[in-house]
Amino acid sequence: MLRTLVSAVRVRTPYSSVFVRSFATGPRYTPSHEWISLDQSGVGTVGITDFAQNALGDVVYVELPEVGKKVAAKGTMSVVESVKAASDVYSPVSGTVVEVNSKLADQPSMINKSATTDGWMVKLKVDNPKDVEKLLDQAAYDKHTQSEKH
Amino acid sequence: VCVDLSLYMSMLAPLRAGFRCALARTAAYTRSYSTESLKRTSLYDLHLELGGKMVPFAGWEMPVQYPDGVLKEHMHCRSSSSLFDVSHMGQLHMTGKDRIPFIESMVVGDYATLPVGHSKLSVFTNEKGGIIDDTVITNAGDYLYVVVNAGCADKDIALMKDRIKAFKSKGGDVNLDIIEDHSLIAVQGPKTQEMLQKFCKSFDLSSMGFMTSHVVELNGIPCRVTRCGYTGEDGFEISVPSAKAVKLAKDILQTGEVRPAGLGSRDSLRLEAGLCLYGHDLNEDITPIEGSLAWLIGKRRREQGGFPGASIILDQLKNGVSKKRVGFVSTGAPAREGAQFTNDKGEAIGAVTSGTLSPCLKQVVGMGYVTTPYSKTGSQVQVVVRGKAQPATISKMPFVPHNYKK
Repeated sequence: MLRTLVSAVRVRTPYSSVFVRSFATGPRYTPSHEWISLDQSGVGTVGITDFAQNALGDVVYVELPEVGKKVAAKGTMSVVESVKAASDVYSPVSGTVVEVNSKLADQPSMINKSATTDGWMVKLKVDNPKDVEKLLDQAAYDKHTQSEKH
Repeated sequence: VCVDLSLYMSMLAPLRAGFRCALARTAAYTRSYSTESLKRTSLYDLHLELGGKMVPFAGWEMPVQYPDGVLKEHMHCRSSSSLFDVSHMGQLHMTGKDRIPFIESMVVGDYATLPVGHSKLSVFTNEKGGIIDDTVITNAGDYLYVVVNAGCADKDIALMKDRIKAFKSKGGDVNLDIIEDHSLIAVQGPKTQEMLQKFCKSFDLSSMGFMTSHVVELNGIPCRVTRCGYTGEDGFEISVPSAKAVKLAKDILQTGEVRPAGLGSRDSLRLEAGLCLYGHDLNEDITPIEGSLAWLIGKRRREQGGFPGASIILDQLKNGVSKKRVGFVSTGAPAREGAQFTNDKGEAIGAVTSGTLSPCLKQVVGMGYVTTPYSKTGSQVQVVVRGKAQPATISKMPFVPHNYKK
């Protein structure tokens, strides 16, 4: 059952202060630095975190999946490319792609500028909303990024 | 998404086609490069002060970028002036009255007629005609000033010492000194001369042509200044006593016009300029002819040979080669090192050795090797990226015109 909780939550990350609309669940995070925010209809918006975009550097190219594609949890869903290399973006949960952010074709740098808002990448119809709740919450993700920094 | 900051150590290792970044693999790689075992240049603390992101490269801890980021650093170099710490490269002095015939026994270039104060690019070759390293060698009057790649310095020095031993045993007079007390700072971009002239009271830098070299005083510090670089822009490489390197770098940066730039932008700049990266575009199994570097071998050396692998190389000059280094442009996702070239039948015809999305052109550019029938400029081929064949066109280089001093 989805909790119909809609509230605006101020989320602080080590790198930015981001105003994120919290939907039924979220945002939740993966250890591989993707975030997902689930709405009441079971659609999750997915992107990479501010920590990730800062570590990757300038994004120059984004490859997005086709609408209708089925993705598995931890499977490659997308690719972000810096000047030097390509990095896979993994789907936080299994689901079906319902929309992609076509603005990223012309403005890949939006991922650097607004990784958690305008730089969203994919919207998924999540197979099982409860999967989202099992991901890292803000506190757990912050702890994870603290341990990765050196 | 994998966020390994030291992706740039992939500059060392060959990449598989369809590079996939895995946290586990890069973690293992990071362990093998514990920062305690990495060397630091004299500018290390300055890099940290400037907010440099340090990564391992060729056994050194070097800045891959500063807070501006690779794209801004790249564009600033093309429009203004950027400062790169390239002290990790090897600097050598070769002395002795037989140094010219000696160096010619190791490289393909003509140094006998190189005037004093002039510099020339060449390659060291092996018995199979393969390239051991590329190098810029300057006639500094009573010595040769030799600069080699960081990743090859140990290899090159060991080889030279070995050859010098044999040369001396036959009565030859040559010596090699490794210059360990000097740093190397590259300042590159159209505003460089104007900026550096501020520090050079007694010498007119505008009198120096491309590929010339002089000892001048910069802010009272005696430096060897060579008008060359690795970006395609006008610029200078400054060999400065390490004890004064930080002061000089800070002075140059304090102009406000010159900004620091790291290895990330150094790589995207050189690729736009069509310049090879040893270990990727050139290696010990590639001859200068296959590498499209036949121009390094002048008339006299073609006639006389005298460098390792000469018979193989001269034969290739006469009879051609089966594969050649070419430039390419493509659409779609950037094609990276290891990506396969295919023809319209889907047959493999070569592979990419360097590729990126050109910051200036906003287009995928790169270089690689294709079989000779496909090497003509304008040939339409395909490049396979993540399993998808994308159209590509064989292209002349540089992609961005050079701006060397005329």
